[in-house]
Amino acid sequence: MSSAALSVGSLAAGYGGVLALKDVSLTAAPATITVVLGANGAGKTTLLRTVSGLVRPRAGRVLVDDTDLTGRPPEDVARAGVAHVPEGHGVIAELTVEENLRLGAMSWRRDGRNTGRAARAAAVAAACDRFPNLGRRRHKPAAVLSGGERQLLAIARALLARPRVLLLDEPSLGLAPRAVRQVMELISQLRAESGLTILLVEQNARGALAIADQGVVLSLGTVVATADAGTLAADVALRHHYLGY
Amino acid sequence: MSRHLGAAALVAILVALLSIRLTQFRDFQMAQVAVYVTAVAGLTVLTGLSGQISLGNGAFMAIGGYGTALLLLHLAWPLAAVLAASAAIAALAGALVGAATARLHGPYLAGATLLLAVALPSLTYKYPGVFGGEQGLNVTVSAPGSVPLTRWQAWITCGCALLTLVLLANLSASRIGRNWRAVRDDEVAAALAGVNVAWARILAFVVSAACAGLAGSLLAVTTGLVAPTDFTVTLSVALLTGAVIGGLGSLAGAVWGSLLVVLVPTYATDVATSHGLSSAVGSNIPVAAYGVVLIVVMLVFPNGIQGGLRRLAARVVPSPRRDEPVPAEMNNTAVRNASREASHEEIPKTPARRRARGRIGGGGRRLRLLEHERQQQLGRADGLGAGDHQQRDPDR
Amino acid sequence: MLEFLQFTLSGISFGAVYAAVALSLVLIWRGTRILNFAQGAMAMFTTYIALEVIRGTGSYWAGFAVALAAGLVFGALAEVTVIRPVEGKPPLNAVIVTIGLLVLVEGLAGIIYGGQYRSFPAAFTVTGLRAGRSPLGISWFDVFTVLAVLAAAAALAAGFRYTTAGLRLRATAFDARIARLLGVRVGRVLTLGWALAGLLGALAGLLISPSTFLYPNSMDSIFVFGFTAAVIGGLDSPAGAVAGGLILGVLLSYAGGYLGSELTPLAGLVILALVLTFRPDGLFAGVRLRRV
Ligand SMILES: Nc1ncnc2c1ncn2[C@@H]1O[C@H](COP(=O)(O)OP(=O)(O)OP(=O)(O)O)[C@@H](O)[C@H]1O
Ligand SMILES: [Mg+2]
Repeated sequence: MSSAALSVGSLAAGYGGVLALKDVSLTAAPATITVVLGANGAGKTTLLRTVSGLVRPRAGRVLVDDTDLTGRPPEDVARAGVAHVPEGHGVIAELTVEENLRLGAMSWRRDGRNTGRAARAAAVAAACDRFPNLGRRRHKPAAVLSGGERQLLAIARALLARPRVLLLDEPSLGLAPRAVRQVMELISQLRAESGLTILLVEQNARGALAIADQGVVLSLGTVVATADAGTLAADVALRHHYLGY
Repeated sequence: MSRHLGAAALVAILVALLSIRLTQFRDFQMAQVAVYVTAVAGLTVLTGLSGQISLGNGAFMAIGGYGTALLLLHLAWPLAAVLAASAAIAALAGALVGAATARLHGPYLAGATLLLAVALPSLTYKYPGVFGGEQGLNVTVSAPGSVPLTRWQAWITCGCALLTLVLLANLSASRIGRNWRAVRDDEVAAALAGVNVAWARILAFVVSAACAGLAGSLLAVTTGLVAPTDFTVTLSVALLTGAVIGGLGSLAGAVWGSLLVVLVPTYATDVATSHGLSSAVGSNIPVAAYGVVLIVVMLVFPNGIQGGLRRLAARVVPSPRRDEPVPAEMNNTAVRNASREASHEEIPKTPARRRARGRIGGGGRRLRLLEHERQQQLGRADGLGAGDHQQRDPDR
Repeated sequence: MLEFLQFTLSGISFGAVYAAVALSLVLIWRGTRILNFAQGAMAMFTTYIALEVIRGTGSYWAGFAVALAAGLVFGALAEVTVIRPVEGKPPLNAVIVTIGLLVLVEGLAGIIYGGQYRSFPAAFTVTGLRAGRSPLGISWFDVFTVLAVLAAAAALAAGFRYTTAGLRLRATAFDARIARLLGVRVGRVLTLGWALAGLLGALAGLLISPSTFLYPNSMDSIFVFGFTAAVIGGLDSPAGAVAGGLILGVLLSYAGGYLGSELTPLAGLVILALVLTFRPDGLFAGVRLRRV
């Protein structure tokens, strides 16, 4: 019925006695970038974790292309086409770059495309070509990569899963300004070329709003504003109050 | 201090009255339980408070037991002096072991202490002249006046167990106990807060070895014999089992755990023999049943029996009284566990911590420590039992 | 000199068995951070099964194969039934559950098979090998023991490195949360790890029982030394487990041969203490890569 690629309705979630998300709703149309903004502890990471199944929701719904994924374990959500690049990238440092990439291409869902061994290997090879910095060190442990390269590896690995929805948690955290720009460019490219729906959590509100279609502002676990990116960027009071710039 | 003493005095009177009404065999069982309580209480302090696992406390019991036998045999000291000396010898051994293993953690510590438990009794075979080899050594004590020997033994063991509990309760409520918990929760943070981590860890070993030594001594006194087969790995394993099943870090739990570890096998044996089962089957059914009990209790009460009781109490009485010496920290553990269970996540890590650590180096640790202290105070202030948090968690 | 050679060779043979047990413990430890104290007991039980099958069919190899399969099944079964509920709980809970399992399995063995010592056949002759006229102190079966363990270890290593399942296992061992985010069904992977460990344990039971006899507690000391070997090698390192097993086997063989067999456990303690003094996380502890 809806045309949303990702739709979150009245989601509540938390940890033990802490309720970190209360009644959060948002929808993201296909091939759009939605940026989630908010202060530290606002619940941005919890939102992504709840969507990807790392945190079990206490109320509400999570729909991806009208498939109900509410409360499903992370492996099922991943197999349903949601790729989550967690806070701090989540590259497995002990595995080689290539093994990290292979893991990404390991759980393809059957959607009519070729899922054979050769196709997977080809996809990994293509990723290595696309990111030469990774390709050059494909047989080295990921531990040798720099922070920016690890972030790239994490994104590349997520893309290899052929996701419909990509969740990115502060991909620019700790990167040098130039690397931040590269990552942002990559993200906007991804939407353009592969029709991916992206939910992006960022501290760098200005940069993120520049590439996003839509923005959602969280505060203390609730949505305080949802609007298209331009409107949010232009709302001086909101920017001042919640985004601090 | 006085409250612990008062409680202990009350229990002592009850025990004395009870022991008079019991049969010899029950007196003996009571002594057995008391022996285990002494050792398990020491271990629960080591493992539950200072965070060091030991699969070798049976070895300290062996030291205490053989010490007792040798002192009685060669020097004929009075019993009280023998008990104290045995505990002291074991404490010394504990200091050595604690110092040797101060850098070991988790399974490495478990492995080292396990091998200690295996290796130490083998010395008795190597020096049969001193330790009596396979046969072991006899230990004879006599009861004063007309008191039956088993009742006298029950009194001594229960008295020592109570004394141990009182001392440990005070110790764990003291600064030393606080340091242990700090070390258990985060060694680096504890060191930054000025705790001498190595000393704290060694001291915990000394204390638990002293308890085990006393227990070994009491065991020798109650069974009248020390032999290598009394101090096998099985004993060490039983001690750890008692501590965990009872509820790690809780002295009341040490009592529950000891009761279970001593009574379940005997009870199961009674049942098996009374059904007239063949000897192979009859002697093994209790073993299998004991295994099942261990598994089931652990699955049903993840925080041990004491944790389960607290939870139950919290359900019945909204705000439970706090008469446990170590509850504030149990709260933290409970919170940690609760949040772990609520999500598929493993490590709860607040973003504030991460950021502080990332940006200002060691600042994050300091922050964590402060947070830890704050949680402790909160725990103390509202007097929450471990069960409350779990109850409040709607997922559970 | 000949004596030294004999001790070395028989030490390697025992060490291979310790290595198998150590490897099984490492497999489980890496996946679930649990020490399986029931590993030896499960191996004892599968060896009893092998004995039954050998008696029934008259074929050693049938018993051998059935025992390995049983190990696989028992490992998986243990993980699914009693271990799964304690994963992610305080670590000592799992320890107590595996201890409970150990007690239960030994009790069951006692109920079903009784407590008496039984002899267990070897695959090959156990008469001693000779170099010229001097006895080497080992038999063809010892050679088989070492080769079987090394082959199993090599097969595992290759599986880890070159198969998809192996990659899933390693990813889960390093970071289960990330593995799940990538669609790895971690539950199945852990079950597979326990199953493989059960298989290795069963192999160890089959290989050691001809020299120790079979009874409900027969694997206890083997387990202790296998555990020691794993600790010496470093519980996170499969290669360390194999090396630790062989090193421990040889050193214990010297200690038993030159100092007397009652000192073997004490020698083990000394070796362990020495290793851990210099390497608190075992000989093969890698550089900690993660651990921010
Ligand atoms: N694993 C956890 N256990 C307990 N509480 C947690 C956990 N993770 C987050 N929280 C709490 O939940 C709330 C929301 O945290 P969350 O990580 O979602 O915020 P965030 O918006 O991502 O913040 P940041 O910008 O700092 O990453 C905070 O109050 C935090 O303390
Ligand atoms: Mg966050």
